[in-house]
Amino acid sequence: MSQFGDAIDFILHSREARSGGTNVGGAELLPMLWKHLELTGVSVGIAVALAVPFGLWLGHIGRGEFLATSVANVGRAVPSLALIAFFVAYIGVGFRNVTLALVLLAIPPILTNTYVGVRQVDRDAVDAARGMGMTGPQIVRRVELPLALPLVFGGVRTSVVNVIATAAIAPLAGVVTLGDPIIAGGVYGEDGRLGAAILVALLAVAAEALFAVLQRAVTPRGIRISQTPQARSHRGFGIPRLRRQTST
Amino acid sequence: MLAQLEIHQRAGNDSCVASNGFCPSWIAHNIDRYLHPFWQHVYLSVIAVVLGFVIAFALAVLAHNRHWLVGPIIGVTGVLYTLPSIAVFFLLQPITGRGAFTALIALTAYTLLILFRNIVTGFDNVPAETVDAARGLGFTDRQVLWRVEVPLAMPEIIAGLRIASTTTVGLATLAFFAGAGGLGGEIFADITFKSNVVVAGALCLLLAIMFDVVLLTAQRIALPWQRAQTAAGPRPRRLWREARVMD
Repeated sequence: MSQFGDAIDFILHSREARSGGTNVGGAELLPMLWKHLELTGVSVGIAVALAVPFGLWLGHIGRGEFLATSVANVGRAVPSLALIAFFVAYIGVGFRNVTLALVLLAIPPILTNTYVGVRQVDRDAVDAARGMGMTGPQIVRRVELPLALPLVFGGVRTSVVNVIATAAIAPLAGVVTLGDPIIAGGVYGEDGRLGAAILVALLAVAAEALFAVLQRAVTPRGIRISQTPQARSHRGFGIPRLRRQTST
Repeated sequence: MLAQLEIHQRAGNDSCVASNGFCPSWIAHNIDRYLHPFWQHVYLSVIAVVLGFVIAFALAVLAHNRHWLVGPIIGVTGVLYTLPSIAVFFLLQPITGRGAFTALIALTAYTLLILFRNIVTGFDNVPAETVDAARGLGFTDRQVLWRVEVPLAMPEIIAGLRIASTTTVGLATLAFFAGAGGLGGEIFADITFKSNVVVAGALCLLLAIMFDVVLLTAQRIALPWQRAQTAAGPRPRRLWREARVMD
């Protein structure tokens, strides 16, 4: 168990690297943390910018169910390591290439959830909006998007956690994230490896919790009120509340 | 360290290999190198999904009668699911050492959330009237479970197994960090060599597709009435169901 103590010591205090010369651990981990966050933020940001409008459009016109589900299925089947390796071998190392790979990884959950989110919006509400004279874009913006937001955020949340996990292998492609002590254990030692693993795990859990709060915040009040006690009892830690509704 | 591995591993001196291209002849000569990691990958994935299914099913049956348990179980398995696999492979090592055992603990833990959620959803979607009818016919609780609820929940259960198996194949590519081998080790060993990356990556995909096909076939065999329904009416929302269980 003392290994965990040493790992926490590595997180808190910097020391000389095993290979000598440079210092590692403690404050030296901060640039890695920023790089990790930057990579995650940029990748998920691009994925959201691409997948949310596309998913909204597909859901609005009610087509592309096959596309939305197959993207999800294929996206799950591709191992993140293989994806990164493919980019390294065929396109090369560097921040931009890793970002591209992570964008590809982040798109499927966001696209599928946005699509499903729009499709599960009550058709009566859409008809009512149309009856009030709203145009297509207005319906998307003022009815379908707000009602789909909780599920959209659910997708973003999945992507963020996935990307944080995968960014840990980014050092293989020359981007020094928190995964560097994990991958290059020889330089940082076992303490560094375990310490970085703890940090990556904490980061993922923190992101998950943050997005759980955000997801709750963006849920329209109407949906929140219509939650039955039975449905509420299913609302666990990581479960968007709408899942129960979409299942009926 | 990577450079050393490359020199060590990239046997063969034809120009294609030297120029780091996509070399069919190199692949043909070296394909047997991937067999052992492939079987390790199969082993890790199958055992993890089977173990995960047994645990998740037991938990789901338990929570079926005590519905308040659903929230806490999803909470705990949700946290397990959130932890990045690469971190968990190292976090477990001071406790369980290096090897397949450690990898299996982590991989099994990842299947629990998906499987449990789907099995519970499947049970919940069984119409109450059907259960009442079975009770009226004199079925015991156990008979209701095995002869009514489980068969009717089967589409959701298999959808969950499909997701769990593809996810596990993907996560098992990182299991070599826990000392359990698998195709990820081959990818990592020479990550800049195009031929190697393509072969090892394609084998992972192939494995994921194979599991999917096997499970779909199992579903067709186990649920003949579903096929009849599909043929008769408009297509039910089967694709939807798969989309929905995704986060």
